[in-house]
Amino acid sequence: MITKQIRKWLVSGFLTLAVATTASAQTFVFTAIPDEDETKLVERFRGIADYLSEQLEVDVRYIPVKSYAAAISAFRNNQVQLAWFGGLSGVQARALVPGSEALAQGIEDQAFYNYFIAHKSTGLERADELPEGVRGKTFTFGSKGSTSGRLIPEYHIRDRFNEAPETVFSRVGFSGNHTRTLRLVESGTYDVGALNYKVWEKELEDGNINTDDVKIIWKTPGFPNYQWTIRGDVDERFGEGFKNKVRQALLDLDDPALLESFPREGFIPASNDDYEPIRSVASELGIID
Amino acid sequence: MLSYPTVRASLLFLAIAVAGLFVADIAITTANPWRDLGQFFIGVATPNFFSTEGLLTALLRTVAFGFVGVALGSFFGFLLALVYRLLPVRIFCAFIRAIHELFWALIFLQFFGFHPLTGVLAIAIPYAGIFAKVYSEILEESDPEPSRLLPPGTSAIASFLYARIPDCWVQIRTYTAYRLECGLRSSAILGFVGLPTLGFYLESSFSQGMYSDAGAMLILFYVLIATMPIWVRPKLLPAYLLAAPFFLGEGFPIVWGNVERFFTEDIVPSPLRNGEGLAGLSSWLGDVMITEALPGIWNTVVLTQIALVATGLLSLLAFPLISKHFTGPVRRTSGHVFLVIARSTPEYILAYILLQLWGPSMLPAVVALALHNGGIIGHLIGRQTNTIELRPDAPAGFTRYSWELVPRVYRSFLAFLFYRWEIIMRETAILGILGIYTLGFYVDSAIQNIQFDRAMILILITASLNIGVDVLGRYIRRKLALQTMPTC
Repeated sequence: MITKQIRKWLVSGFLTLAVATTASAQTFVFTAIPDEDETKLVERFRGIADYLSEQLEVDVRYIPVKSYAAAISAFRNNQVQLAWFGGLSGVQARALVPGSEALAQGIEDQAFYNYFIAHKSTGLERADELPEGVRGKTFTFGSKGSTSGRLIPEYHIRDRFNEAPETVFSRVGFSGNHTRTLRLVESGTYDVGALNYKVWEKELEDGNINTDDVKIIWKTPGFPNYQWTIRGDVDERFGEGFKNKVRQALLDLDDPALLESFPREGFIPASNDDYEPIRSVASELGIID
Repeated sequence: MLSYPTVRASLLFLAIAVAGLFVADIAITTANPWRDLGQFFIGVATPNFFSTEGLLTALLRTVAFGFVGVALGSFFGFLLALVYRLLPVRIFCAFIRAIHELFWALIFLQFFGFHPLTGVLAIAIPYAGIFAKVYSEILEESDPEPSRLLPPGTSAIASFLYARIPDCWVQIRTYTAYRLECGLRSSAILGFVGLPTLGFYLESSFSQGMYSDAGAMLILFYVLIATMPIWVRPKLLPAYLLAAPFFLGEGFPIVWGNVERFFTEDIVPSPLRNGEGLAGLSSWLGDVMITEALPGIWNTVVLTQIALVATGLLSLLAFPLISKHFTGPVRRTSGHVFLVIARSTPEYILAYILLQLWGPSMLPAVVALALHNGGIIGHLIGRQTNTIELRPDAPAGFTRYSWELVPRVYRSFLAFLFYRWEIIMRETAILGILGIYTLGFYVDSAIQNIQFDRAMILILITASLNIGVDVLGRYIRRKLALQTMPTC
């Protein structure tokens, strides 16, 4: 048993080496912002890579990155040509890469929203606006560069209290991603947190949330979020019409298992202008110049 | 006692650290810190070596990046050591070694991206600065006598090769081998920012609470470090060095336009880029200083001072574990194991683990820095006590500790501690990336906001702070007449 495992392990090690040295220059590479547990992302985007590779008839590879900024930099530096960005990271990336465009978004991404969640010990209840009772509690954002984990929550906190998050709350942290925000508030490490409603609902459906310990206290108004963004120069590199082929492939994606892994009901066309509200909020908060 | 300058200096630093504790944020913020710590130890006790298919590759990459980085660093460090007496060279070396490997990696990631050069240079550059300094010190201390005996007309190169190098060869070799171990640690943590080394998988498993996977990676890493005397043999080194570049992985091709863009646009302060002139620049600089640099400097200094004293206390508590004057060979072995684990775990990984378990505050950082650095100093001091012979009727127990041994090793203990002061500060700054509000936090935030001009200013401020502490540490060591060998 053990020797078999070891053999498997060795073989996979050498295979990885072999694959790494044969990757050709014409591989179409994409990445995604690390907004959830990495295992889930790798599983989801390897599936997407296989699907795209079949549809586009080129080698397609997904590379996992450690931060939102790393995803943006890789896109800007043309080491990846396509990326699954959040609202804010997409706006940042497209500002840095002239000619790049938002290709497609999830049906749900037209009017995405956030949940503010609280640990049971706070005694906070769901309300129609962000409860006054959050003042003085500890609070965690998701990642520093996240739309639903940082930008939108910060906007609403400032809007509601006319103060910076650091003065409203006794401690402000950055959990890193939405799954971790959920875990940290569920375990009481932070009293309050804000996360992407999709992550909450998927975890709830999978039975991974103890709703006695953590509950939703407020739902934000809608805003445009995640989208696939592609570089403007892909046609030169992969042939005329490549961009449209990628868009069509994404719009045609109907494999229920793949869609469920996002989770999205399907993808629809998107444009750069759809994200103007995100840009103006980010610039208001000083996150972009 | 107060008449001793070493005692007065120690008390002063102790007082500063205690004052620091009053202003520092040292809360445990998780609800169940001990349960999580328990789960972590269960994970280490039940390691799962077969979780990640990439684990073996990651280990190989860790070694490859370590070898290539240290080899390049030592080569260029040696060249720089030959001209180290020139002031500009000394300033240059002090500057490149004051910037932590992770900061270098974050900088290179912006224009080389995921190319092997990013990881190699991130190790090679700061290491070249350190090698230059230490090699030049070793060369300086070599015996001048053999050169004088050479016949007149011997060329400078021949005299260098035949009269200087042989005298310090052993020291150079020992030090380089020692830095190789440091290089493997540096290589492992580069994974935390996305390079394909061990830290990459460690971060993933840890953040998802997969402690058995993380435990397996830590164990493999300790085995790698502990078995170095077995697999790093002088005869095998050329083979390793030739092979290492082929195991760095392919990464992605470098686009040279990105390099140019980084230096001519990205790091130019935004007011200058937007043509707002000097007035715009000064208000921009003022804003960076007040909102980011000053709070960052304050937290970095406070945390450094607390961690320095905690390191000192831990070293003094730990050295008896491996001293023949206190325990027998069996218990000494377990003491060695504890200290080896403490010092081979990079501070960054220790801090990362403790932050996950205890929540974000300065406490996990202090404990991590104290464990790692205390492990190193405790080991060195403990070894030193083993060379001391006590009188047969010397007192035992606590009296032996406090009246016989501590006074005898106290000076070298302080020398090591002050030597590591700058290293502790460099690490303190970098731990900000993990969410503690030191300078690294603001550097990371600037990079996350794609504001590389801000990031560069903050990195330069961090480097200056390190250079300042380095100078101060050397001044204090000279004042107290303390001597030491370099540690990393």
